Amino acid sequence: MEIVDRNDRIPAGRMAVVQYGIVLGFIVLGLGLWQLQILQARKYAALAEQNRVRMEPIPAPRGKIYDARGRLLVDNYPSFSAYLQRDGSHDWRADLPLIASGLQLALPDLEAQVAKFRGSPAYQPIPIKSDITESDEEFIAAHRDQFPELEAIMASRRLYPKNGFAASLIGYVGEPTARQLDSGQYRPGAVVGKSGLEQYYNQQLMGVDGERRVLVNSHGRVVGTLLDQAPVPGKDLHLTLDENLQMAAELAIGDRPGAVVALDPRTGGVLALVSRPTFDPNLFAQGLSSAQWQQWSNNPEHPLLDKAIQAQLAPGSVFKLVLSVAGLQENIAETKKVDCTGVFYYYGHPYHCWIAATGGEHGVLGIQQAITQSCDIYFYTLGTEMGIDTIDKYAFALGLGRATGIDLPGEASGLVPTPQWKEAHYHLPWYKGETVSVAIGQGPVTVTPVQLARMVGGIASGGHFPRPHVDADATNTAGFDFPLTQTTVDTITAGMQGVVNPGGTAASAHLQGVDFGGKTGTAQTISNAKLRTITGSHSQYVDNAWFVGVWPLKNPEISVCVLFQRGAEGPLAARIASQVIKAFYQEQTAAPSTGEAQRRLGVSGRQAGASTSGTGGEAALGPVPGK
Amino acid sequence: MMRFRDFDWLLIGVALLIAVIGVAEIHNATIGSKFASVWVRQIYYLVAGVLLLVVMSQIDYKLILESSPWLYVISVAGLIGVLVVGKAIFHSRRWIPVAGAHLQVSEFVKLVIIVVVARFCGEARLNLAWRDVLCVSALVAVPAGLVLLEPDLGTALTYIPVAVVGLWLGGLRWRQLGWLTLAAALMLPVAWHGLHPYQKARLEGFMQPQSDPLGSGYQVLQSKIAVGAGGVWGQGMAQGSQTRGEFLPVPHTDFIFAAFSEEYGFVGALVLLGLYLLLLMRLIQNAQLAPDRSAGMVVMGVVAVLAFHVLVNVGMVVGLMPVAGIPLPLMSSGGSSLLFTFAALGLVMNIRMARFVN
Repeated sequence: MEIVDRNDRIPAGRMAVVQYGIVLGFIVLGLGLWQLQILQARKYAALAEQNRVRMEPIPAPRGKIYDARGRLLVDNYPSFSAYLQRDGSHDWRADLPLIASGLQLALPDLEAQVAKFRGSPAYQPIPIKSDITESDEEFIAAHRDQFPELEAIMASRRLYPKNGFAASLIGYVGEPTARQLDSGQYRPGAVVGKSGLEQYYNQQLMGVDGERRVLVNSHGRVVGTLLDQAPVPGKDLHLTLDENLQMAAELAIGDRPGAVVALDPRTGGVLALVSRPTFDPNLFAQGLSSAQWQQWSNNPEHPLLDKAIQAQLAPGSVFKLVLSVAGLQENIAETKKVDCTGVFYYYGHPYHCWIAATGGEHGVLGIQQAITQSCDIYFYTLGTEMGIDTIDKYAFALGLGRATGIDLPGEASGLVPTPQWKEAHYHLPWYKGETVSVAIGQGPVTVTPVQLARMVGGIASGGHFPRPHVDADATNTAGFDFPLTQTTVDTITAGMQGVVNPGGTAASAHLQGVDFGGKTGTAQTISNAKLRTITGSHSQYVDNAWFVGVWPLKNPEISVCVLFQRGAEGPLAARIASQVIKAFYQEQTAAPSTGEAQRRLGVSGRQAGASTSGTGGEAALGPVPGK
Repeated sequence: MMRFRDFDWLLIGVALLIAVIGVAEIHNATIGSKFASVWVRQIYYLVAGVLLLVVMSQIDYKLILESSPWLYVISVAGLIGVLVVGKAIFHSRRWIPVAGAHLQVSEFVKLVIIVVVARFCGEARLNLAWRDVLCVSALVAVPAGLVLLEPDLGTALTYIPVAVVGLWLGGLRWRQLGWLTLAAALMLPVAWHGLHPYQKARLEGFMQPQSDPLGSGYQVLQSKIAVGAGGVWGQGMAQGSQTRGEFLPVPHTDFIFAAFSEEYGFVGALVLLGLYLLLLMRLIQNAQLAPDRSAGMVVMGVVAVLAFHVLVNVGMVVGLMPVAGIPLPLMSSGGSSLLFTFAALGLVMNIRMARFVN
């Protein structure tokens, strides 16, 4: 190796080592370039693309909701949300503590929010704070260099009527569930209907989000636009609801637990729909605090439930309308007279009329008076004579025991008990004594307010049962027909007229000069036998009060069902219903209506919403009389 | 006397071509950024560099070799002066203001070290004694230590290959090489403790790029993305998204090769590397033809420094080396580095022309 160079030169072998060493080094560099630019070129091109292309969703404005006269019920307002971009090579995780303090969020909350969207693709920005304040916006703008992953995106937020006006009907919106996000159905930060109309018509209301793809530099500054796809706004929803009537119904029921349903028996259109207690959907739109959610969830009155379609309760004496229809259609009841002595013996067992508790009796009465005075003995007699199968047949025919098909989510079906049902669920035969209970709407029979509202309207209009619906543009609303004889209709409407006149069970609900009628119901929430075993306060087992009514009695234009939970007796519910019918009557007879005039003038008839304080309704009802 | 026909026109042509490519790349990589005017200054430096080359080619290299002890003393004094009065820029005291520009003393000390090592190893017998090895090591270690104090790890490191190549060509025995390697390996933990936190972070970032995506790991990742995104043919002149989007850090200085690779792809990068290889091979040829051993050693010292710069810089850009702050010679923006390179090439011209005298 060592060569002595005579010419005082550097040894050639050592020079060669250096030379080859350098060439080797260059070959390694060439291989490094080959690795990056040939073998992994696609991967790095994709990373470069992630660096510079940012996708920003352009949320589609959600469709607005109008009442039957074009009055705006649900509006949107512009708002900004802070979003986090998770793609690109910036380490956004390391920035979370600073972002949290900058946006005034608790770090654990922010981390939890980020964790929620783990399953979403990284190119989708995720919302970390909605309805950001001006100072939040300034923070984002001032820290573009430091937090290029942070940005403010405009979104339209829901603006609902105040004080929970029509809240149960309209529903509320919120974030998609984890499952919806994981399935890719909705992007993070999407606004999705969670209940009521917002849920049922979500697809129509949502529209299609637009998308903007922009080129950004390392400081997050936009330097160009690749794609700017405008959103398709959601379609507006036009309801059959009448804002004025809804207001009247809300005021009439006040703070009382229960529900009010008003339908147009000719079309099935919902005119008013109230559930109590209720909630403020604006709190959902703004992002609900967990404390508020807990409070609503744990409330035994279930404010998030829409009782108008979801409460399944015994109908009490309202069910006597089913017996009446059955008896009249079967030609048993028309001429039937029963002598009420306050007690009815069936197989040696005594069944009492409600009037026996007051020490009285109804004496001899026919079907019409039996309806007016709600005589239990008459319907015990009629029911046991017809038998459970006939009662069930007519109950089903009048739309009970099955969902009405109203365009709201989560409708309950209620229950019409049959011997087959009892056999299947309890493996026990049907006892004849149970028919006695069912005849006055007690026992296992349950109904929903919307079923009763449709039933009473259907009976009064001769057997026409359209499908209840809230969307004025709903199709397939024909429902079904179950033709009733003129005698049936006339007899029952005459009986119902008597109810709200002197001698009737709801005489105090009488409206001077208004041709309306109805039927009261008082339903036990617990059997008498069970009640006796419970010691202490019985207040939570106080009877539910029902009333169903129509106006006018011939060819009705409105049918109403009122449920007043623990309202003790029917007349209280009847007076809530009479407020609604009075409001409707006044609106129909005043021409042209103010709403109509406002619509023609293009003036929004929007109001702040009804007060639910109940003072108005209370004052209208006055003191509660004894029966 | 000037004898331009004896100049190595191929060497100068390649060097100028690389430098012009560098100016163009500095221009393209900084469009719209706050460094957008840097390319103009680079042209001034380039002109100054060419003048320096001509001047250096006219000073007899033997005179330089003879006065190298004095130059060495002046250099060490200069480095100490920089440490004491040097203007603090970028947290490192490595500049002194000369004629309105900030000159990096350590770059010119490089030239002196090349000459000193060449003289020592060139005069020594082919059998280096341990004493000689220690002498050379000390000669390099003192200025390197001073530069490290500035702190400028990158430049200090570039002194080492001068010593290694000098000792190797001076006749270092295999056994000595073995011991030196072992000693260097044992020094590593000590050196690690002497590193500044940011230097440690750079090394850690190199070992585990994911551990520090914001620091040097981030820089290397962005550099690899830029190079990889260039693909075979590149994204086109001034079209690199990594560079234009300012994702690539300092695309006109340490990462200029990444910016170039993004624009001109694998093909362009290979051509550029080929130019550097041509430059180095041509220098080695000049060393082989040098009139005496010391002259050849000077040229090989220049080879050692330039090869080290290119290999470490491009190695860093493609992710094979840690971030050390070593610029790409002739291309990276910066006057001191460019002036050093042209001065060194002037010295080589000088040696080359001396061949024709005798």
